[in-house]
Amino acid sequence: MKSKKNNWLSRAVALLLPLLLLASAAFAQTSAAEPEMADALRASGKIYVVVLVLVIIVTGLLVYLIRLDGKVSRLEKEVGE
Amino acid sequence: MKWWKYLTIVLLLYTVVMGFLGHVPRLAILNETERNLYFHVPMWFGMTIILFVSVVNAIRYLRNPSPRLDILAHESVKTGVIFGVLGLMTGSLWARFAWGTWWTADVKLNGAAVTMLIYGAYLVLRGSVRDEQQRARLSAIYNIFAFSAAIPLLFIMPRLYDSLHPGMGGNPGFSKYDLDSSMRMVFYPAVIGWTLLGVWITEVSCRFAFVKEKIYEKQEKQLA
Repeated sequence: MKSKKNNWLSRAVALLLPLLLLASAAFAQTSAAEPEMADALRASGKIYVVVLVLVIIVTGLLVYLIRLDGKVSRLEKEVGE
Repeated sequence: MKWWKYLTIVLLLYTVVMGFLGHVPRLAILNETERNLYFHVPMWFGMTIILFVSVVNAIRYLRNPSPRLDILAHESVKTGVIFGVLGLMTGSLWARFAWGTWWTADVKLNGAAVTMLIYGAYLVLRGSVRDEQQRARLSAIYNIFAFSAAIPLLFIMPRLYDSLHPGMGGNPGFSKYDLDSSMRMVFYPAVIGWTLLGVWITEVSCRFAFVKEKIYEKQEKQLA
């Protein structure tokens, strides 16, 4: 009777222990892992492509605004503002 | 070209380059999206400052009516609405990837949306009045109402209730994270740069409206 109970307990422990270990390993992993950042993107240098694209877009918009500014200035001169 | 326009160009280019290449703290969930701080948040700073300029000119109009002050207030609202709509769109996109939804019934989000509706109504109101002086006076009075409704909706109400938005309802603002000051070195120039861009756009559209006004005056004189 006693040996049977022991047997059941040891089986349960044998079954649960690896699971517990796995779980603790998983927990350790999530807490140890750092939040993901675009390290690979940065490392490969490709982020500069995005930066350049945005520099082109912002420059293009600014050039448009500067030209618009100039056109209004000329119009102001013509009207005598 | 005036000096502050060169400053705008320098600050915006600095923001775009350093916004991507600068150091940001490693945060779960946000990851690289926290770089949106340099683009989404300045939209709201710019909008608030430009709408404040607008309401100041509306009050100046009521004290001393002139078509110029009305134009200043009107063009400022137009730029402010553009900034606000861009802020809503970028915020919604950011929310999709940070909170998992495009929109949620959050006080901050709804407050921002209602603000946009109030200022949209300003433009509708202007469009519906024919008489110039009446239009200018009506919209100046409405402008005061709109601004004094917008500030509580955007900055006071969300702090009184629970909100997902950073800096609201007990949530820490980004100031908690960027204490390493590396983000501040980009964030403050970004705010100034984007705001100056809004001022620049408003300045050009105002000057255009002034010239238009002048041409109409001349035509009326010729006809008379």
